[in-house]
Amino acid sequence: MPLHFELVTPAKLVRSEDVHMVVVPGTEGEFGVLEGHAPFMSTIRDGAVQIFAKDGAAPEIIQVRGGFAEVNEKGLTVLAEHVEG
Amino acid sequence: MPSLKELKGRINSVKSTQKITKAKQMVAAAKLRRAQAAAEAGRPYATRLAAVMASLAGKVAGDSAPKLLGGTGSDQRHLLVVVNTDKGLCGGLNSNLVKAAKIKARELQAAGKTVEFYLVGKKGRAPLKREFPTLIGGGFDTSTVKTPGFAEAEAIANELIALFDAGHFDVAHLVYPTFKSALAQDPTINQLIPVPAPTNAVVLDSVVEYEPSEEEILEELLPRYVRTQLFGALLEREASEQGASMTAMDNATRNAGELIQKLTIQYNRSRQAAITTELIEIIAGAEAL
Repeated sequence: MPLHFELVTPAKLVRSEDVHMVVVPGTEGEFGVLEGHAPFMSTIRDGAVQIFAKDGAAPEIIQVRGGFAEVNEKGLTVLAEHVEG
Repeated sequence: MPSLKELKGRINSVKSTQKITKAKQMVAAAKLRRAQAAAEAGRPYATRLAAVMASLAGKVAGDSAPKLLGGTGSDQRHLLVVVNTDKGLCGGLNSNLVKAAKIKARELQAAGKTVEFYLVGKKGRAPLKREFPTLIGGGFDTSTVKTPGFAEAEAIANELIALFDAGHFDVAHLVYPTFKSALAQDPTINQLIPVPAPTNAVVLDSVVEYEPSEEEILEELLPRYVRTQLFGALLEREASEQGASMTAMDNATRNAGELIQKLTIQYNRSRQAAITTELIEIIAGAEAL
């Protein structure tokens, strides 16, 4: 079962896709989100979001600054003010 | 009755004016499409942030609420953040904005509050300064960049929040145009600081974990929310400016066309009259011989 992942900046919707796992740099430590994660809300520190499209595949890395992550039943949403790469 | 030469000169001058207004109209039409796309692209972020804010603010109410949400406890000093355009040639857009800001300021003053202005964009400065010479506070110049983006919104928001933390004002209102269509852009006044408590409290059925605590997340989200509001206002301003400009220039082009037609008719008539007079003179001369 894939995880629905969205990465949104004020300028545009950067990503909206189904992936295997996303590792988010939370303020209190990195956390990985798989499908079926419990509802969760966290601020994130400046760093890299790693997106694993498939199990065991090499991660795609996106640098984000000033952000916030929310996990709900629909999937994971990362709101970031700046995105590079 | 102007001479033929004068008429010709006037026709030419109106024609060149028409060329300018037509070019400006086409430029505005192209830019409008881009500005509208940008405004639409910014919407998902704003709606998501608002939803998260709503669910959090419902939980962190009362005394523990941060200052940006709860306010300073007084509502004596008001700051009007007026978002105007930098360039003219956009019809009544700026004067409508200034009018709305003036009415709001008068209303607040009548209620015994003190009012100050913070101006974004160039075009509102002169008319507001004429009306309230002593009340113009700070301002932000957006004319140095081609299209104001999030960086500018961030800079404005940071300055406003710094002013708020320093205790310069209690309540801030944001005055900006909302883009409805190329024909209609309505001035809108929203309370910016303190962040108005959302009315549609979302009740989450599932238990959400927070990291760090709700209060800390909210504290971080509030400035971000203010920034998003300002960014939205800048995007709306951009779309409104281009829309208003397109309509105004379309009208101007049409008026110039009408004027050219009228002048051409007048020119042809006087030319005809001159020829007829000349002929009569020649015939009369020939008959006299």
